Amino acid sequence: MRSDQPLLSVRNVSHHYGERAGCLDVSFDLWPGEIIGIVGESGSGKTTLLNCLSARLRPSVGQVLYDQRTRGLVDLYELSEAERRFLIRTDWGMVHQNPRDGLRLGVTAGANIGERLMAVGERHYGQIRDKALDWLGRVEIDTARIDDLPQTFSGGMQQRLQIARNLVTGPRLVFMDEPTGGLDVSVQARLLDLLRGLVARLHLSVVLVTHDLAVVRLLAHRLMVMQRGQVVETGLTDQVLDDPQHPYTQLLVSSVLQA
Amino acid sequence: MKTQAIDVRGATKNFRLHTQGDVEIGVFQDLSLTVEFGSCVALHGPSGCGKSTLLRALYANYRIDRGSIRVRHDQGWVDMAIATPREILAVRQRSLGYVSQFLRVIPRVATLDIVAEPLRQRGVPDDVARDQAVILLRRLNVPERLWELAPATFSGGEQQRVNIARGFIAGFPIMLLDEPTAALDAENRAVVKEIILEAKAEGRAIVGIFHDAEIRAAVCDQLFELAQFKAAA
Repeated sequence: MRSDQPLLSVRNVSHHYGERAGCLDVSFDLWPGEIIGIVGESGSGKTTLLNCLSARLRPSVGQVLYDQRTRGLVDLYELSEAERRFLIRTDWGMVHQNPRDGLRLGVTAGANIGERLMAVGERHYGQIRDKALDWLGRVEIDTARIDDLPQTFSGGMQQRLQIARNLVTGPRLVFMDEPTGGLDVSVQARLLDLLRGLVARLHLSVVLVTHDLAVVRLLAHRLMVMQRGQVVETGLTDQVLDDPQHPYTQLLVSSVLQA
Repeated sequence: MKTQAIDVRGATKNFRLHTQGDVEIGVFQDLSLTVEFGSCVALHGPSGCGKSTLLRALYANYRIDRGSIRVRHDQGWVDMAIATPREILAVRQRSLGYVSQFLRVIPRVATLDIVAEPLRQRGVPDDVARDQAVILLRRLNVPERLWELAPATFSGGEQQRVNIARGFIAGFPIMLLDEPTAALDAENRAVVKEIILEAKAEGRAIVGIFHDAEIRAAVCDQLFELAQFKAAA
């Protein structure tokens, strides 16, 4: 892996819904192994931007370039639909806030993990099952539950299963949309700790969208603060949180209740 | 001649509080400071004069409005005031350590792992990093029964010693210390004093805030008075 070149390069991306701007003129580079947090209240354009970055919403203006292993930086929206889908399946992961959006509830936990492996060409049943068992262990789910349906899992377990399903194929880039959103605080802490260890060990690049400043403090190297579709402040995570410059960031940081 | 570790020139820091009527608070103005390897500089002055703010600015945790903050990194200089986040993280990973006044506790992470983390981030294998952590925790008298626990419930003094162990484990050439002995008893203050003196003897540079006059006298080569840079009200 080259580390002298960004993995993802976002250049002047805007998206308009009719007259209204979803996100406006966003540019940044994401480097291998780097975690960037995108924070802002609901309606600030975080999710629109995430969709543009993850090849699910063609921006009205601008480019999203991705470093493909063999071809260097390519414009996501110039790829054919088949190429784009292959990229999403092999090189990327997507962790949704609601695990139900990222899991197949009608098949077992093992099959949820195995399905991603089969999508990248793994065919040997024994190996697929072994990898599924290994990943259940890594996300701290009792391996005896491998043949159970995710419906029988708690919210925190479902979220961990979703993470295992995403990471089993060894992606380089993972998008996360409020990964700790619907969980109890104690469950959140466990998930955060797990994520922290996994991203560091696997040298993953992550685009992390959240409104929870404690989550970005723990996970993100760098922050972008969004308001009304625009990036109003960006910098090192601890710098932005401890010495915020923009009025909106100051408001955001000062509004957090100390427990 | 000794090599410079830190070279601050013309640094000015104001806080603008947008949510509180745009009040502007000047902290320091046109401040210059140099620190050499093998020496220890104590930031000095009354409470509120900007000692911690300067320390944080050296670490690029706070930004400055004007001036430069050059820090020695890989035989060259990095100006922390204008460096990119990637450059700052590289400086923090290899050249510059910071011991904050209070430990930031991470839920569920064991003391040993908190201490070992700076080494691990640098690519040192887990078991080697943990062995180093054991040596430091033992030296700082953190009881062994606490090592596998998360420090959330530890006393102030125990947390501070965990923080010091974490700060010193990586052997950074430059160390920033914010009142490293504030919560410690005499025995542990003496240990920290030894650790600082050893670091100096190894040729490392130290900038610190030391309220404890005895420690200050024992480790510091120079007092840096901040009051002279007070911004005009």
